[in-house]
Amino acid sequence: MSQASPVLPVSLAANPRLSSWVKFSSDGQVTVSPGKVEIGQGIVTALAQIAADELDVGLGRVRMVRATTAASPNEGVTSGSLSIQQSGRALRAACAEIRTIFLAAAADRLGVDATALAVEDGTISGPGNVRTSYWELADDVSLDRDATPGVTPKPIARRALAGTSVERLDIPDKVFGVRRFIHDFALPGLLHGRVMRPENSRAKLIGLKDDAARAVPGFVAIARDGSFAGVVCETEAATEAALAALRKGAAWSEGEALPDENDLAAFLKAQPVESTVIDVRMARNSAPKALTLRRQYVRPYIAHASIAPCCAMAQWSGNDRVHVWTHSQGVYLLRNDLALVLKLPLENIAVEHLEGAGCYGHNPADDVALDAVLLAKEAGGRPVRVQWSRADELTHGPFGAAMAIEIEADLDAKGEIVEWRHSIWSNGHAARPGRGTKPTLLAGYEIENPFPIAISGNPPQANGGGGDRNSVPLYDFPAWKIESHRLLTMPVRTSALRTLGAQGNVFAIECFLDEVAAGLGEDPVAYRLRHLDDERARDVIRAAARRANWKPAPKPGTGYGVGYARYKNTGAYCAAIAEIEGDEEIRVKKLTLAVDVGEAINPDGVANQIEGGAIQATSWVLKERVRFDRTRITSNSWTDYPILRFSEVPQVEVEVIQRSEIDPVGAGEAAHSPVTAAIANAVFDCLGVRVRRLPISRDSLIAAMAQSS
Amino acid sequence: MPSIRLHLNGVPTEIDADPDGSLLDLLRGRLALTGPHFGCGTGECGACRVLVGDHAVTSCDTPLWSVADKEVTTLEGLGSEAHPHPLQRAFIAEQAMQCGYCVAGILMSAAALLKQNPKPTEGEVRAALDRNLCRCGSQNRMVRAILRAANEMAAT
Repeated sequence: MSQASPVLPVSLAANPRLSSWVKFSSDGQVTVSPGKVEIGQGIVTALAQIAADELDVGLGRVRMVRATTAASPNEGVTSGSLSIQQSGRALRAACAEIRTIFLAAAADRLGVDATALAVEDGTISGPGNVRTSYWELADDVSLDRDATPGVTPKPIARRALAGTSVERLDIPDKVFGVRRFIHDFALPGLLHGRVMRPENSRAKLIGLKDDAARAVPGFVAIARDGSFAGVVCETEAATEAALAALRKGAAWSEGEALPDENDLAAFLKAQPVESTVIDVRMARNSAPKALTLRRQYVRPYIAHASIAPCCAMAQWSGNDRVHVWTHSQGVYLLRNDLALVLKLPLENIAVEHLEGAGCYGHNPADDVALDAVLLAKEAGGRPVRVQWSRADELTHGPFGAAMAIEIEADLDAKGEIVEWRHSIWSNGHAARPGRGTKPTLLAGYEIENPFPIAISGNPPQANGGGGDRNSVPLYDFPAWKIESHRLLTMPVRTSALRTLGAQGNVFAIECFLDEVAAGLGEDPVAYRLRHLDDERARDVIRAAARRANWKPAPKPGTGYGVGYARYKNTGAYCAAIAEIEGDEEIRVKKLTLAVDVGEAINPDGVANQIEGGAIQATSWVLKERVRFDRTRITSNSWTDYPILRFSEVPQVEVEVIQRSEIDPVGAGEAAHSPVTAAIANAVFDCLGVRVRRLPISRDSLIAAMAQSS
Repeated sequence: MPSIRLHLNGVPTEIDADPDGSLLDLLRGRLALTGPHFGCGTGECGACRVLVGDHAVTSCDTPLWSVADKEVTTLEGLGSEAHPHPLQRAFIAEQAMQCGYCVAGILMSAAALLKQNPKPTEGEVRAALDRNLCRCGSQNRMVRAILRAANEMAAT
């Protein structure tokens, strides 16, 4: 058997220079510089654990550096639950090699064999009480060399930090009010900016009287370029006043029509589409079909609805160099798009990350960075901080795409599935910046010579797909055809929101299966186990079922449901069991989940991500839906876009199945889809009605009851 | 501009400011106290909550005139790394957040609750926090942390 030659982890192959990842200083510190960024998921701590573990230094010696285009490895975007997989593996390999390099240098200096040396908290010691340290050797050992493939990291049994629930490094700052968020940084001479955006969808600015705005005390500048207009003032209060004045002097075109929010499926299915066959499985010999079951599932547009409005700062030097502070998920990718809009070479733009609030995908973080750059251009070299309003945050950022999903299955005489067809109609789920020849930043669509609005695309299946994510069944059906219809029009702006299409697809698949199992008179957990042969899949389902005492005795007014998925079909395994109470509306009482991410670097961090995902998914399922009339997005406040409140949050129990021997994958998106399906299935168990349109609100419940009666 | 007096984090403070301006704007702006966060500007999310006396109020829609001569406490005044409030210790112990942006306001709502009701039930904690939003889904950890702090405070 030939053995494949070893390869570097993907992020290390792209950024092989070891010194770009790790630096030692003679004062006993090690600086670790990942290309991935903290977005509230705890990644910085998990990466510090991996680095400290491989290097054999205490966590307290590790200083984590925020990503910047000036120095950091280019790891693309912090998304897709890939940070542990990409950055973690790269750091583990880089640190293992760096440890070896230092041991060789120590062996030289101490005159002993490298294999006789041990490292403890950075001190390297050997027989005869000889010792030195990373810090002593730091100036003599150059890490300005490329990583070599095939380095062996520590054996699992010797890992001391990876696999343990250390406390997150960023939490103390956040409870003591130490500045950490981009919103809280005050650069010397900082000015404040606001951009005026239209109420009606894609309306053009056709007239602007700005005298009143200019008369506001503290006024500094107005920026106007086509339909892009904004103000810069000395204080935030002055900027708000100037913006209000500017708004009064603005005249807008009518804008572009929006679809009927009450019939999203009809809209999605009536649009021109690009159709792709995602997967086909042909049956060799299956039983003849006796019955065909056809169901349609719909999910609405969903907002990111982060608690903080997006924010950025920018400062120009002269008219051809700009520094940008951003909470974008990808500093290099943002820089690409800024360069396209500004027509500047990449090296004239520095983009530096600062933490924002929780980020659940492609939100307006990148848009506001361009806003800041355009406003700062008028500020005479002073830095400008731009923050979006709550209303703009809920109406002008990209949304998670609405989906219509049709599943049709042929059943044999016993009620077993013999053939399965799954069709998706949806806008694309990705229009992230920095990937193409045209920018995808909002202001780029508004300026006098606008770039065309990028119609969202879908990542390829090899990267987990987009609208089609998790559409290929994980079950052993004998035959299937999966088809994705991506819309070529985009009246509502869409891009990546946690799970992309997986939440919609798993909702459809798992609810459909629940019906099939019910038709067979079979327990839905037993049915799933019978059709899954992957032991890790079976384990998470069995673990969740055991923990939830599946299936508790029936109780009037209470229902139980199950959902399962392996995120992207290649990532984390997760099963969820929901306990709900239902009458005219649904209350989710308890969610019990089991998850397998392979090696859980920080098990409590994984549990935290799964709990958070489960609660966010409950909010999506019960409450969330971007609202609009035919001219504008109307859900522009927390009143009109409600999310789950403390008193509505279910109890959540999480079992993390630790598999130290398996390469780790991310946990941030694993829970949403199984939880969605589990709640919907519990609603049926409780009320005997199948709700196939999200959110499961009082309205959709009544509509489903009317349809089934 | 008229002068406003208040006790801010225990310190008598006098500052010239527009009495109709918002408390949050003054705190985050000229006073450079960035513990309270802006979230919505309409008192709906709670990220900006501070204590006025024993009550947690949304500072984004609280006019300055209404806090004249009152005691105002921001997150910075709740405790520090050297002298943490039991709530701050408990939030670390329970790892009770993901992004932490909403936490400043949630800690202040919790502090107000414990002043008025030192031994709350879980249901009372949830009710007291119902006007604070958290988008990351860390609510249950926060409730546990608040109950933990209440126990600790009762024991001392």
